[in-house]
Amino acid sequence: MKYLTEYRNPELVQELAREIRRITTKPWTLMEICGGQTHSLVKNGLLDILPGNISMVHGPGCPVCVTSVSIIDEAVFLAGLPGVILCSYGDMLRVPGSSKSLLDAKSTGADVRILYSPLEAVQLAKENPGKQVVFFAVGFETTAPANALSVVQADQLQLDNYSILSSHVLVPPAMEAILSDENNTIDAFLAAGHVCTIMGIEEYYPIAEKYKCPVVITGFEPVDLLQGILMAVTQLENGQYRVDNQYARSVQPEGNIRAQHTIKTVFDKSDRIWRGIGNIPQSGYEVKDRFKKFNARQKFTINIPVAQENAACISGDIMKGLKKPKQCPNFGTLCKPEHPLGAPMVSSEGACAAYYHYQNADNSLA
Amino acid sequence: MCLAIPGKIIEVNDQLDATFRTAKVSFGGIMKVINLCMVPDAVIGDFVMVHVGCAISKVDEEEANKVFSYLQNMGEVEL
Ligand code: SF4
Repeated sequence: MKYLTEYRNPELVQELAREIRRITTKPWTLMEICGGQTHSLVKNGLLDILPGNISMVHGPGCPVCVTSVSIIDEAVFLAGLPGVILCSYGDMLRVPGSSKSLLDAKSTGADVRILYSPLEAVQLAKENPGKQVVFFAVGFETTAPANALSVVQADQLQLDNYSILSSHVLVPPAMEAILSDENNTIDAFLAAGHVCTIMGIEEYYPIAEKYKCPVVITGFEPVDLLQGILMAVTQLENGQYRVDNQYARSVQPEGNIRAQHTIKTVFDKSDRIWRGIGNIPQSGYEVKDRFKKFNARQKFTINIPVAQENAACISGDIMKGLKKPKQCPNFGTLCKPEHPLGAPMVSSEGACAAYYHYQNADNSLA
Repeated sequence: MCLAIPGKIIEVNDQLDATFRTAKVSFGGIMKVINLCMVPDAVIGDFVMVHVGCAISKVDEEEANKVFSYLQNMGEVEL
């Protein structure tokens, strides 16, 4: 397909790798934020063709991985209520909550459905006036406009049987949390191309400046990723720290204003607890009061104890770039995709699952 | 989760209100109905990036080509 196959051209990939090797004189640690990029790097064997002194660490940009145990418990609780259809993106189903996953709830009779789009959930609510449809709205800025649009549509259709359970998370506050960690070793970031397609690039200027850290907005295909790495290493080798845009075919500097407007119509920024990392101030979206009838947390009484995270899972250290999946003592032993201890072993965008499925991935942390 | 893939607009349904406006989009021959409300100026023949049922940007053809000319010139270009 046009605009896709060209970016997978093996010759270009090799040429870029050679160029990265040629210009790299020192060891550098780069973090890609987005789980989609982690998946692409590992699956396409890109980590193996990078020079040994470039270490890629894998950031917190997998919504499945960072949705807290408590929110999974909320979703499981809602799914168990009579008359509720709980809709979710497929990856969320197998993530362990404190005692159950959504898949467990489904196997004991809850009506849990996998959808591709929140707009399908609105349609489902329209077709099932006797049921309450709850959409589990996880995701980063990329997904926020569609989730917000579902509320706008439900409002226009005057539905009183549609609501969302928001678990939205935002990239820039997470980058700040990672960079301000005292053990942080990250020299440059590949920022998430589709997040920036929505939000634009302005939010990253103060981060690059404050932490003297190059930020390269990068796409998802092999050529994109290697070009992004090349642009970041070029800056590092020259002692620069700018915001560069590798993914200009999709990312306008101002982002998508309409999408931002849809987000602002429906959501307010709020604090959010990230699984494995903890609370990050103003790092999430919650439904505005004006739309509270579409907020599952306000519509239903959710009465559950606060959940504890599984202490055996070191996903927080992995997502902060301090460890690699294979440094987890449970990797591939107690923790496997068939019985995950932590969320990064569930989603194909989680670093642990990516390393597990493509066993050769190493690119060790020195 | 944040993956968006490019598809080509084949047909636009203009009869719907802006919030519900859709297009038929081809992903290498596989057709899907996609919401267009966030890319209102997209027309038939445009490539759009699609994420969870919504078009989120138009693919900028000039920028798409730039990447390749950059790569072609990489040998000679001073980086
Ligand atoms: S291997 Fe499993 S237990 Fe270890 S960090 Fe990854 S998800 Fe957590």
